[in-house]
Parts: sequence; C-alpha cells; structure tokens
Amino acid sequence: MTLLDVTDLRTHFFTRAGVARAVDGVSFSLAPGEILGLVGESGSGKSVTGFSLIGLVDPPGRIAGGSIRFDGQELVGMAPDRLRALRGRRIAMVFQDPQATLNPVLTIGTQMALALQAHGRVTDRAAADRATAMLTRVGIPEAATRLNNYPHEFSGGMRQRVAIAMALLNGPDLIVADEPTTALDVSIQAQILAEMKALARDSGTALIWISHDLATVSSLADRVLVMYAGRIVESGPVGAVLRAPLHPYTRGLLDSLPAMAQPGQRLAQIPGSAPSLLALPQGCPFAPRCAHADAACTAPPPRVERADRHALCHHPLAP
Amino acid sequence: MLGYVIQRLLQAALVMLAMSALVFAGVHAIGNPIDVLISPDATQDIREQAIRRLGLDLPLWQQYLAFLGRLLRGDFGTSFVYGMPVLQLILSRLPATLELALAAVLIGTLAGVPLGVYAGYRPDSVASRAIMAVSVLGFSVPTFWVGLILILTFAVNLGWLPAGDRGPLLEVFGIGWSFLSLEGLSFLVLPALNLSLFKLAMMIRLSRAGTREIMLTDTVKFARAAGLTDATILRRHVLRLISIPIVTVFGLELGSTLAFAVVTETIFNWPGVGKLIIDSITSLDRPVMVAYLVLVAFLFVTINLVVDLSYALLDPRLRRGAAA
Repeated sequence: MTLLDVTDLRTHFFTRAGVARAVDGVSFSLAPGEILGLVGESGSGKSVTGFSLIGLVDPPGRIAGGSIRFDGQELVGMAPDRLRALRGRRIAMVFQDPQATLNPVLTIGTQMALALQAHGRVTDRAAADRATAMLTRVGIPEAATRLNNYPHEFSGGMRQRVAIAMALLNGPDLIVADEPTTALDVSIQAQILAEMKALARDSGTALIWISHDLATVSSLADRVLVMYAGRIVESGPVGAVLRAPLHPYTRGLLDSLPAMAQPGQRLAQIPGSAPSLLALPQGCPFAPRCAHADAACTAPPPRVERADRHALCHHPLAP
Repeated sequence: MLGYVIQRLLQAALVMLAMSALVFAGVHAIGNPIDVLISPDATQDIREQAIRRLGLDLPLWQQYLAFLGRLLRGDFGTSFVYGMPVLQLILSRLPATLELALAAVLIGTLAGVPLGVYAGYRPDSVASRAIMAVSVLGFSVPTFWVGLILILTFAVNLGWLPAGDRGPLLEVFGIGWSFLSLEGLSFLVLPALNLSLFKLAMMIRLSRAGTREIMLTDTVKFARAAGLTDATILRRHVLRLISIPIVTVFGLELGSTLAFAVVTETIFNWPGVGKLIIDSITSLDRPVMVAYLVLVAFLFVTINLVVDLSYALLDPRLRRGAAA
C-alpha cells in the first residue's frame, strides 16, 4: 500500500536564459507512516520537489510533466481549490526558517486558528483549545498563555516547534519538512529531530525530510533519496546506502561529513561545484566532478538495480 | 511610554518655536502691510498712528518677543484685516477644512488600499492595468483641472450636485458640520473627490508595492502551505504587514491636506483655512500668516506623534518592554 506515488516528475523553470530543469524525471513512492530522507546540495532540486508535491511552485516554474498520486488522487493538474483544500489538511509543510515563515504581527494563536479555520468551521474558542493541545504536544510549556504571544517572543527552537505544531494541527497524512533544523542550534536540532520522529510515529504521519545533511537524515529516515542536478542518483534503505553507497556522489557526501574525518586531517570535499541547470553536461551530470568518470560517462547513465536500492551510474561502487 | 510622549511633546514645542522665528522673519521680508491696509492718500499722521497701533514701529526682535509673550498667554495676536483674535478666526474656519481633508484622505485610503492590494496580487491582469492607469492619472493631472471638470460634469451638465459652498450645517458641540446631513454631504462630495484623487493614486502605489513584496515572502508561502485561501491571506496577513507605510502616509497626507487644500477650497468656494491663508497673504495680514504656519507645524508634529504611537499597535515588535 502506498500513500504517495511520484512518477517521472518534471518541474521546470522557464526563464529568459532558458529552461532550468530543476526536477527532471524524479520517481519515488512512500508508504503511510514512512520517513523518507531527501538529500542533496543547494540547487539539486530537493526543495523544488517538496514544493511540487503541495502544488506551490512559484512562477516561472511549473510542473512540466509526470504524475503525483496521493492517496489515489492525481495532484498534477488538480483544480487549484481542491489542491488548496488538501494543503495543510492532508499534506502539510514545515519550512527552514520559522523567523521568516511565521507572521511577525499576528499572535501564534491567531495564526493557528487561521490554519484550522481554512479547513472548516471552527469557533475561535475551539481553535484555541486545539492549538493549546498541539503546542503542549510539541513540548511548549504553558501553551494556553503562549497563544497570545507573537513569534518574536519565542526562541528559535520554540518558534520551530510552533511551526511544527501548525503543520500537525489538522492531522495530515504527510508532512514535507524542508530543512527544518538547519537554522537552529545543534543541541536544539537533536531535540527537534527526536521529537519529530516520535510525533510522526505516534500519529502515523509519513514524513519527507529534505536536508543537505546526510548525518541528520541518517538518524531519522527509513529510506534515503540522493538528488543531484534534478535527478535521484541513488536511493535505498538508509543503513545500506550509508554502509556501501553505489554512487560516487553519495560516497563524496559521506566522506565530506566532519564526523568521518580523522582528527587533524583536512576535511574531504567534492571537487568543483554543482552544475548550472541551464547548461548541464551531456550524459552524467556528475561526471566533471567524479574521480571515476571516463569516456562512457558522456552517455546518459544507466539505472543500476540492487535488491531494494537503485543508482544512476556507469560505474557503481559496489559490485 | 509616558516619558516617551513627554519627550516628544517637548520636541514639538522646540519645533514650533523654531518655526515661529522662521515664519516671523520670513513674513517680514515680503512687503509692508501698511501699504495695503492704509489708503495711499491718508495723511502722514494717520499712517504713523496705524503703524504704532499695530506695533510695527518696534524693531523686529522686539516685535517677536512681544509675540512670544502673548503666545504664552494663549494669544496669537489680532488680525490686521478682520480686527478679531487670530486664533478665533482660524478655529472658525478649521472645521470646514477638517471635514474636507478627512473625507478626502479617507476616500483615498478606503478605495486606494483594496485596489492597490489587488493590483499587487494580480499584477498582470487587465483590471490591475486599469487601476494603475487611474493612479498615473491621479498623479499627473492637475487638481484645479480635475476640480473644474467635476463641476462641469456633475454640477453644470448633470445638475446632480452643487458646484460650490458648504451648504447647510448641522451643529454638534457648537461647531457646524456638513457631513452630518444628507444635503450637507452633497456639498462635500465633489471637493472631497477632487482632493482625494491624488491620495488615491498614492495609496494604490503604496499598497501595490507592499503587496507584491509580501506575496513573495515565506510568510505567504507558509500560509498557503497551511491551506489558507488567497482571500484570507490578503485580508489577514498582507493587509496587516503593509499597514505601517500606509498609516505613515495617511498621517502625512492628512496633515498636508489640512494645511494646503488651497486650490480645491478656492475652486469650490469652500470656506476653510486654505482660503483664509491665501486671503491673508494677499492682504499681508501678518498675525494670521504667522499663527497659521505655527499651527500647521503643531499639526504635523501632533500627527507624526500619533502615527508613531500607532506603529506600536500595528507591530508588536516595536512595543517597548516586550520580551525579546
């Protein structure tokens, strides 16, 4: 049984300089309650994939093709108002920086009430009660009085808890979390990660955790997708992928984690930088930065299947 | 908060003092009122008498000090022309201007903000282009011309509305107002529309720019992700976020309209302070000019204070003593 089935998703940005294929043929599926990590550098298309799922790609971008089936309904091409009714109620999203996402001039009580009232008649009184209960659940003390506070009266970690509480408010089946811990202190990060995991497990909510940080994802997710230049270059269960990555890019990401380095040694890094989406190289887009690249890599990379994993590579690392 | 208000009031007093000195000196540089007030064939004796009576024989600094001394007792001086206390003269004209300016700024804001928000929300639609065309016209067409066209259309050709004057007044608190009766209102409509056009244009631009900027922020994206409708987002989120510049301009426009509605008041023969100041300039009625400009300075300082205080209502981050 699947909750979400994404097939050959293509989200392109039609700019004056050309068409940027931010997401170019992404396919994956998600079971109810599953936690999926989506990893990649800036510009790899991971956030655009997340926004495509909830139908909030900003112009000049739009979904140019593919299919997103959520609980049996096709989201690509769905009427805007039906899609809106789905957002927040069945698919919620948490953003990177709660400082920027919460409205500074409205109390969090008001903002949570708006999120509830967007999906049906809820009295202010009932909304306050539900908001209080949810804030308590995400670990905010004295939630009932905190409803009258403005976002700037919370610390960074508390603000993100408020944003998470707002996402959970309508009991969604899926939460798309776009780097929700990146802007937080490391100690708070670990707390939020653990709580997020527990909340998702308790409520049976599936979670797509978008991050540039393989370490965070490894502590949280069941499965991981690695994105590069708009494509999923590797996917599989977290343990297997981390133990023996198939794609040289995944290997590079792992090696560049500070925790993997020997003390005193320089940190490993992947040479070069992510390619411009407007001028992708022929064949494998990672080839110019790859130590294993050869003449074969100018052709589009083949799909390599290994049990429940796959990679797009001419020279997969594990046999 | 109280300390802040007191500090601002002291500032206001200083501004008014500086303003009075500037105005006093300035007004004395633009001609001798005796030449206007006394007929040219009067005898030298009568001339001297008049000069002494008006206190014009003293050096300028002594005249100024005498003026300040009277001011402290609440006496703004006596009009050369009307022979009545200036304050009383101005206050008798102020309600007319007050209701005209308030009506104009309110029309401009209540119509301009929704139009501007819509134009910022759907910048490429036909309706938005039409709204922007109206705002360009509002900025560029001169007020006197629009006033004349309004009179020509609605008063002369259609005969729907009166062409000028203030009409019947309804007294409340001993002051006569036009806007309280339907007939009085019909006199107010055209001049208020005339004055509001520029404000409308300004409010459209301001709200459009603010809305366009805020629609791109993560706050709006997050609200959308929560499933809020665009109408709710515009009404509850955007309107609150663009309100600070709007309140600022509302205050400034109200001040400048109160002080300088001269053109419209002249065209519509509206008996407000704008006409009073124009008349007093032509007749070199110094006490009226000085008192009027000092009161205008007071008006601006007061409006700015109210605007600053209202920021705290609109943006909780500006409230003093709020926990960080």
